[in-house]
Amino acid sequence: MKPVFSVSEVTQIIKNLLEGSAFLQQVYIKGEISNFKHHISGHMYFTLKDEKSQIRCIMFRSSNILLNFNPENGMKVTAFGHISVFEKTGEYQLYVEDLEPEGVGDLHIAFERLKAKLEKEGLFNPARKRPIPFLPRRIGLVTSITGAAVRDLLTVIKRRYPNANIVIAPVLVQGKEAASQICSAIGDLNNLGEVEVIIVGRGGGSIEELWAFNEETVARAIYSSKVPVISAVGHETDITIADLVADKRAPTPSAAGEMVVPEKNVLKNEIRQLKNRLITAAMSNINLKRQRLEYIRKSATFIKARNMVLNYRYELDRHVHNLFKNMKIQIDGKKLIFKSQVSKLQALSPLAVLQRGYSICQSFQSQKIIRKVEDVCIGEMVFVVLSDGKLLCRVKDRGKR
Amino acid sequence: MKTNKYKYEEVLSRLEEITNQLEKGNLTLEEALTLFEEGINLTKVCSKILDEAEGKIEVLVKDLNGNISLKDFNGGSEEIG
Repeated sequence: MKPVFSVSEVTQIIKNLLEGSAFLQQVYIKGEISNFKHHISGHMYFTLKDEKSQIRCIMFRSSNILLNFNPENGMKVTAFGHISVFEKTGEYQLYVEDLEPEGVGDLHIAFERLKAKLEKEGLFNPARKRPIPFLPRRIGLVTSITGAAVRDLLTVIKRRYPNANIVIAPVLVQGKEAASQICSAIGDLNNLGEVEVIIVGRGGGSIEELWAFNEETVARAIYSSKVPVISAVGHETDITIADLVADKRAPTPSAAGEMVVPEKNVLKNEIRQLKNRLITAAMSNINLKRQRLEYIRKSATFIKARNMVLNYRYELDRHVHNLFKNMKIQIDGKKLIFKSQVSKLQALSPLAVLQRGYSICQSFQSQKIIRKVEDVCIGEMVFVVLSDGKLLCRVKDRGKR
Repeated sequence: MKTNKYKYEEVLSRLEEITNQLEKGNLTLEEALTLFEEGINLTKVCSKILDEAEGKIEVLVKDLNGNISLKDFNGGSEEIG
């Protein structure tokens, strides 16, 4: 037996089929408006048709209040939205999210379409964005060499970092050739070597003039650049696909100049300050050590120890001094004794007696001192010793006292 | 002193680290002097890195065979587009 489904079940299956189609969930459809009704609820109901077909559309109030024109029958428009099934009537319809009068929105649609496509591919992934080097050795500029953008960029970069190295890859920034020139310039700067960051940009202009920066080829060239890319297209309010793919978006070319190099003066100051801090810190380190040494030198313990040494030294000096003093006393004493002995000896010396006029009589034969008269005979030879010599004498007579 | 192999930010952050360490104190005299010497050297490396670019502005020129060469930028007056 074949399975049988309810109307609701089949409707649900159809609805799931339509909603499962990525294409139908983000689709731009152009056609002519007919059967337009602006319901009292605020929702808009209409049909989009061309020569062969038509699609029922609904645009909810929440979406249509944003429109800057009033849709009406016969108007050619491009609608953006998703297709689903209204289960109650079993009819599929376009749920319109945005509506543009035809022509005006072509570029806008192309932009949105490319944006959606590249976004899905991950070209705008924030995780992929590479940091801009702090101090690029060489900066590549992809822009018109005659435009205001290159002048602004050079002025700002030179002001901030006067000795920055810059390579300009001149390109057309608008017109048919622009996109392909921008792409190959990015490639060339990548191959040149030493280029550490690339700025791709131009000054402000209409959406048509900025269009090269919304081209898919340019987006892919930026994406595949090995060197980080800063986009700098137009003014603050212009957002291009290039801005979304770039590693960093600068609102204007001047702003890109500010981003790409630091201010050299600021860096030099920073180094000077660090140097001063280093010197101050080193000095205070040394001073601290010196203070600690001073503190120890002045501490009670150290002073006590030092005084102890000084005291011992003083004692030692005193002892040495005493030793010398005592020694001198001893020696002086001995000297005195010696002197008096000498003078005593001198007093006793026969020579001293002889000097005073006395003489000594000696036997010539025996050399004996003659003390008594009887010690010699008459006629005997004797020596008479005087202070300066001797006399040899013969005894003529002797008489006793 | 070859500065090519030094990255400015790395040198600077080492310099900051040394300065902070020295400012914190708590070092032996030898350590303090070694750090000081290294720090002063790093300030020289930093200055050298900042000054080493020559400030050249060049224009990339491609001939018909696709060969790339560089010539000095003259202010953008003669090239058109």
